[in-house]
Amino acid sequence: MTALPAQWLEKDRRKLRVEEAAIGDRVYEIITAVCALIIPALVVAIAVAIFAAAWPAFAKLGLSIVTSSNWDVAGGHFGAAPALFGTLVSSAVALIIATPLAIVVAIFLSEFSPSWLRQPVGFLVDLLAAIPSVVYGLWGIFVLIPLLREQVMPFLRDTLHLGATPLFSGPAYGPSMLAAGLILAIMALPYISAVAREVLLAVPRSQREAALALGATRWEMIRDAVIPYARSGIIGGIMLGLGRALGETMAVTMVIGNRPEISASLFAPGYTMASLIANEFSEATNDLHLSALMAVGASLFVITLLVNAVARWLVWSVSRGRAK
Amino acid sequence: MLQSTEVVREKPARLATPTVQVRSPEPTAASLAAAPCIVSRKLSAFFGDVAAVRNVSLEIPQQAVTAIIGPSGCGKSTLLRCFNRMHETVPRARVEGSVEILGSAIYGEGTSPIAVRRHVGMVFQRPTPFPTMSIRNNVAAGLRVLGKSGEKRGPTDEIVEEALHRAALWDEVKDRLNESAMALSGGQQQRLCIARALATRPRVILLDEPTASLDPLSTQKVEELVYHLRETVSVVIVTHNMQQAARISDRTAFLLAGELIEFASTTDLFTAPRDPRTESYITGRFG
Amino acid sequence: MSTARSRHVISGAMIGLTYLAAILATLPLILILAHLVQKGASSLSLAFFTHMPQPVGEAGGGMANAIVGTLVLIGIASLMGLPIGIGAGLYLAEKRTTPLAYTVRFLSDVLNGLPSIVIGIFAWEFLVRPIGHFSALAGGLALGAMMIPLVTRTTEEMLLVVPTSLREAALALGYPRWRTSISVVLRTALAGIATGALVAVARIAGETAPLLFTAFGNQFWSTSVREPIAALPLQIFTYAISAYDEWHRQAWAGALVLIAMVLIISIAARFVTRSRFGAPVD
Repeated sequence: MTALPAQWLEKDRRKLRVEEAAIGDRVYEIITAVCALIIPALVVAIAVAIFAAAWPAFAKLGLSIVTSSNWDVAGGHFGAAPALFGTLVSSAVALIIATPLAIVVAIFLSEFSPSWLRQPVGFLVDLLAAIPSVVYGLWGIFVLIPLLREQVMPFLRDTLHLGATPLFSGPAYGPSMLAAGLILAIMALPYISAVAREVLLAVPRSQREAALALGATRWEMIRDAVIPYARSGIIGGIMLGLGRALGETMAVTMVIGNRPEISASLFAPGYTMASLIANEFSEATNDLHLSALMAVGASLFVITLLVNAVARWLVWSVSRGRAK
Repeated sequence: MLQSTEVVREKPARLATPTVQVRSPEPTAASLAAAPCIVSRKLSAFFGDVAAVRNVSLEIPQQAVTAIIGPSGCGKSTLLRCFNRMHETVPRARVEGSVEILGSAIYGEGTSPIAVRRHVGMVFQRPTPFPTMSIRNNVAAGLRVLGKSGEKRGPTDEIVEEALHRAALWDEVKDRLNESAMALSGGQQQRLCIARALATRPRVILLDEPTASLDPLSTQKVEELVYHLRETVSVVIVTHNMQQAARISDRTAFLLAGELIEFASTTDLFTAPRDPRTESYITGRFG
Repeated sequence: MSTARSRHVISGAMIGLTYLAAILATLPLILILAHLVQKGASSLSLAFFTHMPQPVGEAGGGMANAIVGTLVLIGIASLMGLPIGIGAGLYLAEKRTTPLAYTVRFLSDVLNGLPSIVIGIFAWEFLVRPIGHFSALAGGLALGAMMIPLVTRTTEEMLLVVPTSLREAALALGYPRWRTSISVVLRTALAGIATGALVAVARIAGETAPLLFTAFGNQFWSTSVREPIAALPLQIFTYAISAYDEWHRQAWAGALVLIAMVLIISIAARFVTRSRFGAPVD
């Protein structure tokens, strides 16, 4: 057995310079903390920068930015109400179309799908989220809009006689709120479906088994035992999809027609806040114009922030409820 | 079969000028050899306010295998972890009392836990090879942090080979040192962890229920190599298996609810225990 | 029909409906990809990858500058997004339940959910306006800001999967805390983190809106970070809304290349995870 010097620890400590370890720990903590703090710093910087730039417009124009429909650059009027209207309506249309489909697909994937089909179908649905917005827009311009103009809109207007209703009235050239709503629906679908799928899978077996033991059919079990349990999570998923739709820029700009008018008809072209910014920002002529565009951006920031915050809270509260 | 390893004799220790006041006279090589390996005095270990180890004072001898036995939750693992300052890695954990290893206090002003851990090896209940490293680099993992202060022992490959021999694993892996450690079986992985702990030539090695998750054949191999390790290393082994303690240890400590009940030579403890609680435990009345 | 029987019929019908929904949901993807291939493949040629855009009417234009531009932008974005994201992920994985960690996680989700055009105008305000001209750097940093929350989240998740016993084993060998975190925990999680990083890259490679007012696009060849730079999504957009058929065809080809790029990166991400299993690294 090798003999050990009595003060092996002191000798070791001097040679090892274990202060290095303490320094290393400190440096590591500082670096990781700085990296982490960059995130809140970024969010705050974005909020401050945009609101500061938007302030002159808010100060001069006040609420007319969101209530007035008069967007007149030369005259100094910047009413973005049509854009606000368009953002909300296109997203609403998207959700109306996408939500039922997304939830039913999620039910299919979590409940009824044969196991060999589950992965491929889930993968394909998720892949929808990977397609860039501009590619959706391209497809929208050259495939969807002609389809709408030549088949779908005449069908709705004439064959179904919906042309008499305000919702489907007016000329149908193609670029329209309906086109934007459809594309946004496709883009929001994977987000709603992914969350719904996760939430449905998280419903405990005991819930399902209890329903089946009481004699429910499989569909009734889903309807009465599983979905109510997962409800707030599903709503969270819907809000997540809403958040995506509200902020979408490129695809919408390419198919909505970019006409700053408020119309009741889905066939009419429209405008969204994101499109407004995208179209005019690079050529903003004067400071007030720029500031007004920043104000539109600030409004969009606030709206999506609120929607996403509610979405997160809903989805988190479901997972925390489960943990309890 | 284990090859007997050539133990390199160091030059006799230069008596270093102590920077810390030492009350005992300067030790000679002979008295060092006879000194206990680990000495704990009134050692208590807490998780927050709960004491898992209470006032344990014992002396663990060198070049021997010492077993710590007791029922689940008696604090034997916690006690073991106090010997290499691993207990304090848990939040809100603290230690009272003192522990000396080979004459040096390991808890004290300015002593670094990292320095302590580099001189004490530990093997855990479940094998924990580093998954992204090869077998060779797993064994050498402890060497990397010794840096310049480690004694010059020659190239890494020799050290790795020696450690694998001592862990009774060399023959099984000598042709695949560069393969991933995860390709080994559970028993082999545990012996790999033992080799990893031995590679830094620690004076003490702590084993925390090392065969608890192994099959009987692997358990036997590990027990055999532990038995032979006493020639070169002091071993402290925590085990819930009394027969194992009886098979391989020289001295055994019995812990109950954090207190040291009895500490004697293994033969004495198992054939003529002095405390009735010890007798109850070893005859299987509880545990 | 008895009520019980009709209930079962309804149940069967509903289940059939879910199958229908699955078909409907996967239809757009297949349609879009089919169109891309059909309309884009014919315009793809070696010239497309190597030539610069030509004025309308002249044949043989390509998108070489846009393809390279996208690669440059991805590079800048990764240089910013990866280190910060991994560092933040390390922090969140270790200080899991502190109030600061919750705040950072929440704000990371906020950042993730911001419309990309808002990020674009912010980047303009910070990086273009003071300097006076558009630049690839501004575009890259805008994309980098979008990468951070994605990388942070996957890094944290992957780090939490590493068993604590590994960390203990390293500590018992005398590794300092920082070395345990990096050489053992981070290293074990590296494959998963790399996957997350590639997924994030695939995501930002297709972004257009943040580039509209930062990188701006460039009809000529440029790889300088201080100049405006072309990018595939930007080029596709410009060509798609133009009035020229030739440019429309090129837009389809460009979209095909972009999708292919995104798909290749996503597949590479899955590959990284698979090859790590059982294969030694060093």
